[in-house]
Amino acid sequence: MVKKLAGCIREYKRDTLLTPLFMVGEVVMETIIPFVMARLIDYGIDMGSMGAIWKYGIVLVLCALLSLTFGVLSGRFAATAAAGFAKNLRHDMFYNVQRFSFSNIDRFSTASIITRLTTDVTNVQNAFMMIIRIAVRSPMMLIFSVIMAFTINVKVTMLLIAILPFLAAALFGIIRLVFPVFDRVFKTYDKLNNVVRENIRGIRVVKAYVREEHEVEKFNGVSEKIFLDFSKAEKLIAFNGPAMQLAIYGFMIGVSWLGAKMIVGGTMTTGELVSLITYAMQILMALMMLSIIFVMLTLARTSAGRICEILDEEPDLTGRESGPEVADGSIEFKDVSFSYENDMNKICLSDIDLTIRSGEVVGIIGSTGSSKTTLVQLIPRLYDVTAGNLLVGGKNVKEYNLQTLRDAVSMVLQKNVLFSGTIKDNLRWGDPDATEEEMVMACQLAQADGFIRELPDGYDTWIEQGGTNVSGGQRQRLCIARALLKKPKILILDDSTSAVDTRTDALIREAFRTYIPETTKIIIAQRISSVQEADQIIVMENGRIDAVGTHEELLASNQIYQEAYYSQVKGGALSE
Amino acid sequence: MSNEKERTRKAGGRPPKNVRVKGAGAKDVKGTIKRLMNYLAPFKGRLILVTSLILISSVSGAASSLFLGVLIDDFIEPIMQMAVPDFSQLAKVLVLMACIYLTGILATLFYNRIMVVVAQSVLKKVRDEMFAHMQKLAIRYFDTNHYGDIMSRYTNDTDTLRQMMAQTLPQLFSSGTTIIVVLASMIYLSIPLTVLVLAIVFFMLKVTGKIGGKAGGFFVKQQTSLGEVNGYIEEMVSGQKVIKVFNHEGKTKEDFDRLNEELRENAASANVLANILMPIMANLGNLMYVIVAIVGGFLAISGISAGLTLGAIAAFLQLTRSFTMPVNQVAQQVNAVAMALAGAERIFNLLDEPEEIDDGTVTLVDAQYVDGVLTEADHRTEMWAWKEPLEDGTFRLTRLRGDVRFFDVDFAYEEGKTVLHDINLYAKPGQKVAFVGATGAGKTTITNLINRFYDIADGRILYDGIDIKNIRKYDLRRSLGIVLQDTNLFTATVRENIRYGRLTASDADVEEAAKLANAHDFIMRLPEGYETVLESDGANLSQGQRQLLAIARAAVNDPPVLILDEATSTIDTRTEAIVQRGLDSLMEGRTVFVIAHRLSTVQNANVIMVLEHGHIIERGDHDDLIAQKGKYYQLYTGAFELE
Repeated sequence: MVKKLAGCIREYKRDTLLTPLFMVGEVVMETIIPFVMARLIDYGIDMGSMGAIWKYGIVLVLCALLSLTFGVLSGRFAATAAAGFAKNLRHDMFYNVQRFSFSNIDRFSTASIITRLTTDVTNVQNAFMMIIRIAVRSPMMLIFSVIMAFTINVKVTMLLIAILPFLAAALFGIIRLVFPVFDRVFKTYDKLNNVVRENIRGIRVVKAYVREEHEVEKFNGVSEKIFLDFSKAEKLIAFNGPAMQLAIYGFMIGVSWLGAKMIVGGTMTTGELVSLITYAMQILMALMMLSIIFVMLTLARTSAGRICEILDEEPDLTGRESGPEVADGSIEFKDVSFSYENDMNKICLSDIDLTIRSGEVVGIIGSTGSSKTTLVQLIPRLYDVTAGNLLVGGKNVKEYNLQTLRDAVSMVLQKNVLFSGTIKDNLRWGDPDATEEEMVMACQLAQADGFIRELPDGYDTWIEQGGTNVSGGQRQRLCIARALLKKPKILILDDSTSAVDTRTDALIREAFRTYIPETTKIIIAQRISSVQEADQIIVMENGRIDAVGTHEELLASNQIYQEAYYSQVKGGALSE
Repeated sequence: MSNEKERTRKAGGRPPKNVRVKGAGAKDVKGTIKRLMNYLAPFKGRLILVTSLILISSVSGAASSLFLGVLIDDFIEPIMQMAVPDFSQLAKVLVLMACIYLTGILATLFYNRIMVVVAQSVLKKVRDEMFAHMQKLAIRYFDTNHYGDIMSRYTNDTDTLRQMMAQTLPQLFSSGTTIIVVLASMIYLSIPLTVLVLAIVFFMLKVTGKIGGKAGGFFVKQQTSLGEVNGYIEEMVSGQKVIKVFNHEGKTKEDFDRLNEELRENAASANVLANILMPIMANLGNLMYVIVAIVGGFLAISGISAGLTLGAIAAFLQLTRSFTMPVNQVAQQVNAVAMALAGAERIFNLLDEPEEIDDGTVTLVDAQYVDGVLTEADHRTEMWAWKEPLEDGTFRLTRLRGDVRFFDVDFAYEEGKTVLHDINLYAKPGQKVAFVGATGAGKTTITNLINRFYDIADGRILYDGIDIKNIRKYDLRRSLGIVLQDTNLFTATVRENIRYGRLTASDADVEEAAKLANAHDFIMRLPEGYETVLESDGANLSQGQRQLLAIARAAVNDPPVLILDEATSTIDTRTEAIVQRGLDSLMEGRTVFVIAHRLSTVQNANVIMVLEHGHIIERGDHDDLIAQKGKYYQLYTGAFELE
């Protein structure tokens, strides 16, 4: 895991390495400074020698300047290294997500990918900064201070060394106790946030069902749990400070006694005593910092793990480097079965046999959950078939380069998404080099040109994220226009005109017939009128093809089709 | 309208903590502090104890910084003068110091532990009050406030409050005490040197203030950049499947790289400044030490300042080191306090939002006929009655029939922008009343008025002859089952989600409702059946399946009146027909309001109202309206489109 993440440092290796290097410099200076200060007192002030004061004063100023320089540089490099590391981390994750196939995306879920790319990266970035700064600083401080203390007085330092293990044991012991509680607190916090979020979003449901009290009870339960766990954790943490103080004060008392004797005995100066105490403080602080870093790293470990999952995920569907062009818009399903889990026991599509000639219009209908969408998603190879073969343009889809295949197969997804940008920006998704005329043409076919021209900025109208500022029907037509700009050999509309009225729907189909007759058109619809004139209509039920035929044939023979038809016309003649 | 757009930039639970932006201070500092005090008031006894403990702890802390000087000057030096060193005095003072320290340590331990509980209790109270209050707010509040904004009061704002109470305040207090004690000792030792130290400290604070301010500006930039990057990630990952279909990965990566690099630059700038603050402070402190040493040494040696001994200067130098740290701490914590107060103010703003007013007196009770007279029943009877208190103290029972009438109703979400004009309508008991019309025509608004999510501006709405203003909202809403287009399922099992409609429903009731909504089959195909846990609004279900669950939820409620607001919009027509049949049998003899886009959904309604720009322009059943050859006819024949 660490190796994987360290791989993201790359061009920031210099900064990453310079940070601890300068940090060492800073620490060295920080340990020398108390030493010089002691000299200044002993030889300057105590002796009443102005010359010595100047001498050590200047040395001290130089040390301070060096320490400042090292400190500033190490802080600077730490910041650039951490920001750069986070950038690379985001970059690598985002790029890998772009390689993901549909099933990779399904496995993680969109929300989880987003959290990993945002919150988790921030956590790891903070941890990284901690590591290159303080995780280096504290042990260095510890080592140098101990060395300095030894040079001053071995006996007293031994006393300090004797205290250290007890303090370390206490600090880390507290953390071991606290950590699982904190872990629980964070999980409970997520739960609390979830309750709040669901309540804000679903406030209408809560109010409509008069469930306010029920929700308040639910919330109070979680809130109480946070109160208990958090109090418990923090009460334990509260031992941290006193443990430190106990060590510091204990040492001070001991050192005062020993020191006094030595000073009187002439083996130590008062300045040395002061320095010793300063070093002791530094050592203890370093230990304290180490214990804090330990907590931080443990917390970041979860995030790091989640990030690595993204980085390690291999797209389970890769096309060939190069492959043939798609010859035409013919499609053939040969004994195709499919399971999202790639498990023949959890099958979504079974035994699909289907031949579609190039240029045909094919309608697909079936009830909610009958796997209509699943069926068509196999054609541009968004998923791989679990069993059987799928041929497009006479060749197995696996023989094509993915990009070639998907350029030839244009699909308007059920959950159609527009992106923030102008209408033109959105249309250019279909063809980055599309001319104005081509865009207008595509919009005319999709019956979108009319309403676009009525918008204040026409084709330059800004679309909000998700296309929330145009109506559902308008959004669908823009998505169709975008798909048309690809000039595909096969066009798939997955319930893409559900919010468009029947007349416009008919005009779109009419335009398809007239202007793109060679393109194979596959239309999934709930409205019978949308598929009525298709060359063949496929009726899906529970992942199987229930029947294939023309409108008249199915109306005469297929029960599902009849039911759907009559549920929509209800006695009255279907209009148009 | 009902589907308020939610734009949330931040994904996941807790927001990142490193990006704190300063500058957003509380507007009414005094008021906010006062209210915080009110929350602390119940803990008065404990707080007094905490304050005294902090005082003890700080005094012992300050004592430790003075101790060295005293030790050297008053004990070690005299011993050195003795012919035969006598350590008994030293031993005594060390024991005394040990006692002082121990008291200080114990005080620290206890005030921390007490304060933790106080802070957490206050926070729990704040949270609980906030949530309970939020439940009582009118829908309007949720329309006008961003979802992320409300959320952050439970996360960021309470967290800053916690830090302030449990950490910042005690630290401020003890730093303050240390500063005072040290300052007093410094003044005692040498006034001129103290003035010098104060001048230097003032300069130090200026410098750090400047750097801090500059860093703050970059942190704002970093925050904005981070928002942009995260927003971009959210938009693109949400549309990842479209990206795949259009081979758009290359362009997406390019745009991402640009934003990502911008974020890197801003983050680096902000953190460089934040990181160099500490070394600057520390070394300014070192510089101060040298200056004081030189000036002090000069004063003492040259004899300009009488009474300033060399020992005093050594002690003074020691004090300056104990002085800079707490001053820095205070400087940093002032910022934390300001932020916490701003957070507290935002919390109080939420708590100050006026509650939904509910002054109705008419209640809903189970009823039954005893000897032909309608009487209140103490068990579920499938029959309900309105219980209306009369002036003479008795009650009048009116059987709930589901007769809803609008008289000249006007309504505006915002003053001056009337969205419903002169609505007159009557739904007779047992009728199926449908509303059709374009988005924004006011269909959903009408149903929002029936359940009093909003109150009407003008006119009257009668429910079984009773003005709905007189009905307790709780009971009014209990009498109405609603299925909205946005399903809003909760994180819980499928079974619990359906049971949400009626908490007392048995497992069998739940399954029956699911069968009625045609949801049973797909539920059984879920990995754990009815015990499958749904997460994030049922993300693993299709939109159609979510709607079927929402319908089951309403069905188990078995309400006297049902409102279906685009409840079947994403279900195929055949399944819809099955669901409709189930609902029709459930609701036989009861009133149903249906809002739909799809005309096939409303065809069999008793009355269809066609709405346009807040007016009812046509009404009648399907055949009437077709015969009228008006708007409905045009819609039906596809000459017009609904959007």
